[in-house]
This record gives sequence, C-alpha cells and structure tokens, in this order.
Amino acid sequence: MKGILKKISQINFGLLSPEDIRKMSVTKIVTPDTYDEDGYPIEAGLMDPRLGVIDPGLRCRSCGSKGGDCQGHFGHINLARPVIHVGFADTIHKILRSTCTKCGRVLLTESEIIDYKDKLESKLQNQESITTIIKEIYTVARRDKCPHCDEEKEEIKIDKPISIVEGNYKLTSSEVRERLERIQEQDYLFVGVNPEVAKPEWMVLTVLPVPPVTVRPSITLETGERSEDDLTHKLVDILRINQRLKENMEAGAPQLIVEDLWELLQYHVTTYFDNEASGVPPARHRSGRPLKTLAQRLKGKEGRFRSNLSGKRVNFSARTVISPDPNISINEVGVPKMIATEVTVPVYVTKWNIEQMKEHIQTGPKEHPGANYVIRPDQRKIRVYDETKEAIIEKLEPGYIVERHLKDGDIVLFNRQPSLHRMSMMAHEVKVLPYKTFRLNLCVCPPYNADFDGDEMNMHVFQTEESRAEAKSLMRVQEHILSPRFGGPIIGGIHDHISGAYLLTRLGSDFKEEDVLQMLKKSNIPFPERQKGDSWTGKEIFSLLLPESLNMVYKAEICRKCDECLRQECKNDAYVVIESGQLKTGAIDERAYGAFSGKILDSIVKDYGTDKAREFLDSATKLAISGIMKRGFTTSTADEEIPREAKDRIEELLSKSESRVEQLIDAFHNDELESLPGRSLRETLEMKIMQVLGEARDKSGEIAESYFGMDNHAVIMALTGARGSMLNLTQIAACVGQQSVRGGRIERGYSNRTLPHFQVGELGAKASGFVHSSYKKGLDPLEFFFHAMGGREGLVDTAIRTAQSGYMQRRLVNALQDLSVQPDGTVMDNRGIVIQTKYGEDGVDPAKSDYGKVADIDRLIDEMRIKSKVGK
Amino acid sequence: MKNDILKHKLVPDHTILSKTEMNKVLKQLNIHQEQLPKIKSDDPVVKDIGAKPGDILKITRKSHTAGKFVTYRLVLE
Ligand SMILES: [Mg+2]
Ligand SMILES: [Zn+2]
Ligand SMILES: [Zn+2]
Ligand SMILES: [Zn+2]
Repeated sequence: MKGILKKISQINFGLLSPEDIRKMSVTKIVTPDTYDEDGYPIEAGLMDPRLGVIDPGLRCRSCGSKGGDCQGHFGHINLARPVIHVGFADTIHKILRSTCTKCGRVLLTESEIIDYKDKLESKLQNQESITTIIKEIYTVARRDKCPHCDEEKEEIKIDKPISIVEGNYKLTSSEVRERLERIQEQDYLFVGVNPEVAKPEWMVLTVLPVPPVTVRPSITLETGERSEDDLTHKLVDILRINQRLKENMEAGAPQLIVEDLWELLQYHVTTYFDNEASGVPPARHRSGRPLKTLAQRLKGKEGRFRSNLSGKRVNFSARTVISPDPNISINEVGVPKMIATEVTVPVYVTKWNIEQMKEHIQTGPKEHPGANYVIRPDQRKIRVYDETKEAIIEKLEPGYIVERHLKDGDIVLFNRQPSLHRMSMMAHEVKVLPYKTFRLNLCVCPPYNADFDGDEMNMHVFQTEESRAEAKSLMRVQEHILSPRFGGPIIGGIHDHISGAYLLTRLGSDFKEEDVLQMLKKSNIPFPERQKGDSWTGKEIFSLLLPESLNMVYKAEICRKCDECLRQECKNDAYVVIESGQLKTGAIDERAYGAFSGKILDSIVKDYGTDKAREFLDSATKLAISGIMKRGFTTSTADEEIPREAKDRIEELLSKSESRVEQLIDAFHNDELESLPGRSLRETLEMKIMQVLGEARDKSGEIAESYFGMDNHAVIMALTGARGSMLNLTQIAACVGQQSVRGGRIERGYSNRTLPHFQVGELGAKASGFVHSSYKKGLDPLEFFFHAMGGREGLVDTAIRTAQSGYMQRRLVNALQDLSVQPDGTVMDNRGIVIQTKYGEDGVDPAKSDYGKVADIDRLIDEMRIKSKVGK
Repeated sequence: MKNDILKHKLVPDHTILSKTEMNKVLKQLNIHQEQLPKIKSDDPVVKDIGAKPGDILKITRKSHTAGKFVTYRLVLE
C-alpha cells in the first residue's frame, strides 16, 4: 500500500453540468432490462459491461484493467423531461423568490448590489463564510416589484418537498429551469452560487448519471437466482418511466397523460436520491421493505460516514463477554480457544524457527497451536487447509510469513469502552483457556471499570515486532498500577481481597501449620526456611509477602478516628507498623493494597518496581482468597438485625425529632420563629427542619451501629472498605431518612402539597418525604413514593452528567491530543509552539509522584525513624 | 481615578527582557522566538510597562504546583 503524500489545500464544491455528466459517461443507458435470457448483460442496459467489472477473471471493456482494479465507470440517462433534484429544491425556491421572473435580475436595488458585492468580496478574500450575508440577501430580496424592470412579482411558495408554486399555479420543472437559466452570471454570487463551479439551472436535471456497477453489485443467491441492488431497482424504474414518457410525447399523447408520467418520473428520481424525503411516500421493494437509496447509504449511524469512515471494523480483533479468573496474573488475559484459533500472529520464517513453523502448519487451521495462512515472499497469501498443508510445508523456507494461531505468552491489546483514560487499553499476555469468555484478574476491574454482569471487551493482536515491543514496555498492565490521575494505585485488591486480608491479619487470627502451608502453596509463596510449628499469626503469614527492607506506618481504613490515637495500642488494630518487612501491628485492609488507596502497594511500586508489585499483588490476592476460604464468609439481612431494645430507642428518638419538627412548624405559624441572617422565615423553617431530621437519621444510625460488632460480616465489609458503607447498613437497620429532590425536601406534586393524602400547606416531616422506616422493616406506600422520586432524580442526574462530561472530554482531547512533553521538560504542540516551559509548572509526572506531590516528607521521615530504630 | 493595574493581586509580575537576556532564554529553551507563547501589544499590562512588539516578557506568577513559576511571552503587533 504505497500512496502519494499530498497536502489538501482547498476543497471546492460545485455542481455537475449536463455536459460534465455526458463527458464522464462511457455509455448512454436506454434499456430498463439488465440481463438477457442467457444471463449476459445487455448492451446499453444497467449492467452494460462498459460500466466496469467486478469478477476478477474478466477485463473491463472501458479501461482494460482486471476486476478489482477497475473502480468502475459512469453511464448516463437522458431524461425525456427535466426533473428537479430533491437536494436542491429549497435552494431553487429561495433563488426563484429573490429573482425577477421577467428580466432574471436579483431583486436588489443598484445601491444594495454595490453594497453586498463589497461585503461578499471582502469575506471571500479573507476566506470567511458568506452564509450569513446570503441569508440576509434572501430576506432583503423578497420584493413584490422588480427594481430593474418594474415587473410585479407574485409570491412563490414551496410545496414540500419539490413543488414550486407561483400564486396558485404549480410551475413545471421546465418552467423552473427556464427561469433559472434567465438569471445572469453577474447576479449568481448574490443568490449564493459560485459562477466558477455551478449554474443555477444545473439544479434541474436533464441528464442523470448512472453509477458504475461496482457501486451497486448484484448478488447471486444460493438458489442461483440473481438479486439486484436497491439502486439498480430504482434506476430500472426511472428508465421504464422515462421510456414511456418519451414514447407518449412522440406519439402526441394528451397533455394530461404526459404530465402524469412526468410527475411519476419526478417521483422516481426523487426517491432515487432520497427515499426518506418528507412528503414523498417511500419507494418499496416487492417485500414491502423501503428501498435504501443514495441518501440512506450515507445518512445516520449505519451510514457510510459514521459506520465506515469515522469508525471501522478491524482485522485481528475479537470481542466477547468477560468473566473473572482469580488464578491468572494481573498481566494475563484468558483467551477462549475458539478465538485463539481464529486471530493470528504473523511470524517471519527464519532458519531458527522454521521447524517450529512447520509444526504449526502441520497442526493445521482447526487444531489449536496451528496456522491459518502462509504469505509467500511475493506477497501471495495462501490459506492452510488440512489437504494442502503437506505441500505448503514442502515449500516453506526463510522469507515466508506464517500466520500462526495465538498462543500462551503472546502480547495483545485489551480494551473496554468507554475508553476514557489510558488504562482503558492495556497490553496483556495471552493465556489460552477453554470455554468462550475472556478471563481477567479481578485487580484490573477498577481501571477498566469492568464487572461481570454481561460486560464485553475487545482484544487486538499486534502484527509487528515494533508494536509488540512498544506495548510490552509501555502498555503492560503492571506499568499502569499507578494512575496518572492521583499518583496512587488504580489496580489493586477489591471486595473479598480486602475482607479476606482483614480476616487473615486481624488480632487473634491464628493458624495451624498445615493450613499455613496450604495457603502459601496456593498463593505461590515460597515456604519459609524456619518452621514455626502450629503458632502462626495471620500477620506473620502476610509478612512473607513483604520485601525485607520495607518500613512504613499508616492508619488503616478501619481506624475509627479516636479522639486521641493510641498508636500501637489501638484497640481496633488500625495503626499499621511494618518494620523490616514484618507486619508488627495493624490489620491489612483497603488502605494496604486496595485499588485507589493501597499504601503498601503504592510503596512497593515506587520503591521496588513494577515486577515486584505485580508479584506482590498476584500473591497477596491469592493469599487473601485462601484466607477467606479457611473461614467462610457470607452476608444476609441477618447481619442488619438489631435487638428489640435498639429498635425501641430508635423509635423514641425519631418520634421525638418528629414532634420537634411539629413544634418548629407551630412556631412558624404563630410567628414565633426567628429568621436566620439573610434568610426568609420560610427558608429558616426549612433549614431547621432539615437539620433536625438529619440529626435524627444520624443518631438513629449511631444507635444501630453501637449494636454491630466486628464479628458481623456486613460490618467487616463496610469498615475495611471491601464493599458497602455504614450508611448503607444503618439505612437497612435503623432509618432511611429524608428523601430529596433538587437538594431540598420534596415539595412538588399537587398544589401546595405533595400528595392528596395530606392537608393543603402541610409542612410536616412525613408530608415532605421523610422516610421513618428502615429498608428492612419496609417502606409504607407514601414513603415508597417519595423514595422513588429521590431515586429517579439520581438516575436522571447520572445520565445527564455522563452525556455532558463525555462531550467535554471529547473537546478537551481534541484540543490537547497533539501536545507532548519534550526531553527537556517543555510542553510543545505539533508545530513546536511552546505551551508550557515546564510540564505542569513543577515538572512532576503525577503517575510517578506521591499522590501528586514530588515527595511525601512526613512519610519519608516516618520510614527513616523506623529504620533507625530497627538498626539499633 | 485610574488604579495601577500592576499592583492588582491577580496581575503577575511582567518584566521586559534585555537583548542578552532574550538570547539566553531562547538558547536555554533551544527554540526560535516565534515558538514562545504570545501576548498582544494592546494588552493592558504590555501598554502599561511600555513593551514593544518583538520584546519578550518574563512573567513570574504564583503556581499551585510549583509555588512560583517563570514563563515567557513574545509581544505581538
Ligand atoms: Mg457491567
Ligand atoms: Zn474499468
Ligand atoms: Zn425584472
Ligand atoms: Zn485508633
């Protein structure tokens, strides 16, 4: 594929003149028939061999090249009567409205002409758009008298889509054409026609170009029947009517019959261009399906532009449903065997790999590590069949290319839409697996934002050594553990990885040696040399994963933010201290190696590199899973059960708050309420009610929480950051709380009340959407309705937000895509213009930074402190 | 009454570079002066400090990331 590189400096749009159409035509088309009885194309028919060939075995009668190389040649049809082109009906109407019927001049006074001529010429000189001025002329030139010859002008209207009506008389296409011909060249510019490339009368067709057969190929069905393209069908219609019209005119048929046929010809030409033009019944196939004509080929999502030019289907790619596999590495992707035998990697045959390649060909195209195609040094592509493989192996020599099946260890690109950041496309190592889904490690779900409720992902196979090398060093999953968005890990443990690690490492978690060895084996952790007998703590097991020189301190996710931190003595075991790779105190949870906030993971990537981090993550997640499996982990609504006593306390609290709201409302009605600064009395009341009810919900939550212990699985998940929040739990157990629409209590619905169940003007808690019940107890119908209102707002907001931010992102990317950081740290665009003299003004790569900062000094000091203590 | 715009807290410090300073900056960035960001000669600050087209301004401003940041702009016609 070699092309000539040329820069487009200008594109001119114009109209084809009848002469142009005849000049580019290789033949006149007259016969509406396509093939004769023997199946040969008829001369001067729509399948005339001069229009080009498709069959690669034949040569083109016009250009002499073989089928496939010949892009086809146009023909033409001479129309018996002129016909308006639908696409220009509007323009024709506007032009006729602004020009004189008698003298053909534009309906502008001499001074206006001079004025507009100046304006237009200066715009054209500066290569600016003239559409606004043309629009203005169209309105100014709507006169009822010609300024040049004083001819009275009747109102010209357009009867959509193509009838031009003057007063009550419908102009024929010939009359329209005559009027357009009358317009003088000096006036073309004022009606928006560029005299260099168009004449107004060319908008009324006298000759119709017939596209080459390559544009409308016929297909042969299995039955041997030939089926023609929709365009061919339409052209047959046009030819048939055109012929009848001509015959009738020559025979001197009555005017009425001629006009009917003319009208019919106009209909067929119109639907040939656009079969969805408003006001025209669409032309249909025999089966009743509307025909797909020229405009339908281009328009819309399935049209040529959006589906074939802006977005294309590519070879060597695959798409299927994804599912999880905790046993493969984060760097890997499980590829179904079926896909692996279909998409291929091109391998250059050398004397070192020729034996291996022969083996692949020997295996054939159907078995797994086989081959599908062989490319000869003369670029001929040969398909491998079981019957031909022996012969191909005979001929195979260095210089050939073998397209072999995808196999374990190949690098592929893996992607999930919407591709919003660079982590949406990462390079994975192939692992060929049975069944039909792509398998991926759970730690890479956050960067792809993937789950397994039916999500599908795409895979692309690299086809060159350069792309493979580049992908392996820049795009591999392990190189993307740290996100450039916030300088922390975006790939990390989720859900059960977190609760599992917590259960493994929390205080009082001890294991027998047998169990320990089983877990270590499963997580690919080498057995420690020193045997400890049956007294392993979870912390000791986890420490086996940590690099020996790792020192760090941080507060875990489970930290309850005690007023005074007891540090190592924290009763929640939330103060994590790691000395020389030994986990001394603190439990492992989301802050340790979770996606978005894993401190230990962050530290390992930054200080020990991505290889170590990948190993750590692969082993740590497996260890956590085996840890959770030793114990068993489940949740049900029983986890949100609170004792009767708690329920009574919550009930009492809520009724107290609700009566407090009543008091506030009474005070408001009796004018005893004092308004807050800058607020009206009504606003003050609203704020106070919101505050009281907010507090009520929070306190009810606190009561429920006080009955929850760390042996509760739902609570473990919420506090370690594995899944869910304390708010979720207390809404289930205690009280759902105030529902809101537009940030306030619910007011909409009926006039001055939310629902007909309430008094007009009622302001109470219940009447404005306070949900007193808990999810577990169940909502009453009124609460349920308010809850649905609040829920719907949330859905609408997210839908709108994604649409808006998507468009914003698109514009930002378009504006910024050519910027790059130079080796010296300056940011330049593709012309070499400096955008920033130092990237980000501080020259810091956020992905390599400490959560956006050059360095976290406090963290460094903490680490050094431990180091020196251990040293002593 | 006209306020001195140069004293406003949102207006960063602009200074005109001398010929030698100009060459030093361009050499340090390894660029032609046309590659620099631009500032129009009718910009209020440019008029106020009396910079001419072809001059390079050194702009020192506060930065969220770096604390203080120095950048340059070429004065246009
Ligand atoms: Mg999903
Ligand atoms: Zn040809
Ligand atoms: Zn006139
Ligand atoms: Zn604590």
